[in-house]
Amino acid sequence: MSVHIAGMGWVTPLGAGVPEVWDALRRGEEAVPEAIADAGGRPPYQGFRVPASALQELPAHPRLRRASAISRFAAAAGTAALRDARLQLGEIDATRLALIFAISNGGVIYTKRFYHDVVTAGAGAASPLLFPETVFNAPASHLAAILGVTGPSYTLVGDGSVGLSAVNMAEDLMRDQALDYCLVVGAEETDWLLCDAYAKWRLLRSNTPIEPFAQSPRGMILSEGAGALLLARQGDVRIKATHPGGFYNDRRHLADVAEAILRDIHASSASLIVASANGTFIDAAESAALQRFVPKAQVYTAAPALGEGVGVGGLWQAIVAVQTLRTKTVPPLLHAPLHPPFTPSGPCAGPPTGDETVVLSCGLNQQVSALSLTTQPPHR
Amino acid sequence: MIFNAPTVTNRRVAITAAGLVSPLGAGLPQTLDSLRAGRDCVTPVRRFPVDRCRCQTAGQIDDDTLRAVSQMMGRRSQRLHRASHMVIAALREALEQDPGFRPQITIFGTTSGGMSFGEQYYRSLQAKTTLRKTPEWIANYPPQKPVLDGLEALGISGPCQVIANACASGTNAIGHAFEGIRSGRYDRALTGGYDALSELVFIGFDSLQASTPDKCRPFDAQRSGMVLGEGAAVLTLEEMNSARQRGAPILGEIVGYGISTDNHHLTQPDPSGIGPRRAMEEALKSADLAPSAIDYINAHGTATLFNDAAEGSAIAELFGDRVPVSSTKAMMGHSLGAAGAIEAIICLLAMRHHLLPANLNFRRPDKAMALDIVANAPRSGSVRTTLSNSFGFGGTNASIVLQRESPR
Repeated sequence: MSVHIAGMGWVTPLGAGVPEVWDALRRGEEAVPEAIADAGGRPPYQGFRVPASALQELPAHPRLRRASAISRFAAAAGTAALRDARLQLGEIDATRLALIFAISNGGVIYTKRFYHDVVTAGAGAASPLLFPETVFNAPASHLAAILGVTGPSYTLVGDGSVGLSAVNMAEDLMRDQALDYCLVVGAEETDWLLCDAYAKWRLLRSNTPIEPFAQSPRGMILSEGAGALLLARQGDVRIKATHPGGFYNDRRHLADVAEAILRDIHASSASLIVASANGTFIDAAESAALQRFVPKAQVYTAAPALGEGVGVGGLWQAIVAVQTLRTKTVPPLLHAPLHPPFTPSGPCAGPPTGDETVVLSCGLNQQVSALSLTTQPPHR
Repeated sequence: MIFNAPTVTNRRVAITAAGLVSPLGAGLPQTLDSLRAGRDCVTPVRRFPVDRCRCQTAGQIDDDTLRAVSQMMGRRSQRLHRASHMVIAALREALEQDPGFRPQITIFGTTSGGMSFGEQYYRSLQAKTTLRKTPEWIANYPPQKPVLDGLEALGISGPCQVIANACASGTNAIGHAFEGIRSGRYDRALTGGYDALSELVFIGFDSLQASTPDKCRPFDAQRSGMVLGEGAAVLTLEEMNSARQRGAPILGEIVGYGISTDNHHLTQPDPSGIGPRRAMEEALKSADLAPSAIDYINAHGTATLFNDAAEGSAIAELFGDRVPVSSTKAMMGHSLGAAGAIEAIICLLAMRHHLLPANLNFRRPDKAMALDIVANAPRSGSVRTTLSNSFGFGGTNASIVLQRESPR
């Protein structure tokens, strides 16, 4: 059995659409941060928002009328992935399509609004319209309704690595020959409350840029959006290996767990690593694991350009990896130290030479996963 | 570990151990005792104010029940969420039965994880009181954290996935773990579900008028809604030959799993019952069994008008009125992400102890569905094969089929 990437959808603070976002990354562009304000008048945080123009191709559907931003991002990315594979809504056999959703913080905007009413005005003020949108699988439910999915639909929760675990789960589902496609979608929305939580957890920095792999990590900037991969039986990029994800109990063990996962998926032949370094403690661990296991590979992270998308981060990394294989190019690594202990992607490193790209995703909340993609045909 | 292993179908999947904590009690013996007694374990809510809610009761786990976890973990346990304590208690019971079990993957279900830590953080922000504990609350709030805490406490490492498919999460987790073993991807999987009562979720269901000020009366003609519950349950699954070779205890088998999605509405099932029916049909097909092979159905049975109507008509269409049906949620409340896992263990106990658990608070049959409800008191009888249903918001429907071990 081999599973391939047949289509992709990308909704980011740099815009929407795979060619558009990819060209911007290759040009070394970065999303413009916005002030994320609090209705209570507390100081704002910097964050990356999806521009309204990125949702222009969102399908009109009754389910999206009251849906939260996260559901709208997911619907835009999910339907774009189908279009990318030249599949039309209404023409696909939705009984042969499964949906896997990856999420971390979920519908934080509606959750905050719902609970704010409870805290300030009591249980009697709780909104029955908002509550269902606070449930983790609400975005998946809306997308399933838009696509007409009647079979498997799963929402996986986790940290920034959850997107890659979702690809692993999708690969498991594709073992069932009753399925032709599995759509993997990650999505996240940002809000002042989320920024405040990460700031109090001492993982956020106050201003851009995100500086990956810095000697002293100064923190990340939160982001939002969605990413979607449509898995199928055929396609130009094949999934070589997935990993269900490991976890670390102590930050000091993160590098070892990441290295073990790279070993599990036989990542040593990769010429390019799409890392998750985002200016936090994970950078040093990733750097150590990569130096030990794939010392000659080029390394790239999109976090300085797109921000830290948490639940969507792994899917964004996977889309970058597919694009490196399709275009034989890689964007420049932004704001990295002058002499990192690995080969940073960019003009000096030249184009990636191999036909295998590995994605490594180290989450902030104990989880790690990886994915290997290739343009090589499967061994017979 | 097997990565990208070839697909092998029809391997048998044994349950080698189980552990749980719920309002019915801590551990299998207490749970069995409550089932035999048909005990109503729903009590007035104590953890947060509910005076402005329609519903004021829930199935709750007493903190004394979880004290053993605190003793085992020492000071570190103070930082952990109650849901973590529940997972640790259930996990410890399961691993005491099968100490040789080493999972290759862990797959759990939840809906809200450490939600009450998020509530505390938000209330502190609003009240402008001390935020000293905020990093602790934030780090322990994510939904996946309780199971990671459980694995750490019991010294288990390895991959871990957490499914949040609303109230179907626990059954989805077991089903996906079952399929991973049956397909040859894994030989051993740890699975289950957990959820602790939280104010936000309690008030949410109350705002929808899905919870009842009355007793929870599943499938009753005058049912008026659910009551919430909490708990955690763990099952260790292993490929049958592997389990037999190492002499592991075999409590039963999982033989089938079905999942379906119903796109009718975010919170209401299609009234035709097509979603539940598809999940049950898929589970039977996966088990290669006819409906007549099922001896007992542990229904989702929340006692809401819509769920029970859809599920009841689907059961009646598929099984007629010959299969005994009960919802054990009337005894202990609906524990959301834990429910499917707790109810799978109840099915195991039913098979092992020839017991059909009671559907409490049942007064009058609903004429719209002809069902054999195990009304108000447990029955004794031979139970070889059971079906357990879990349906959730978002239109997720899941069913699993469990069986006593057969010698083949």
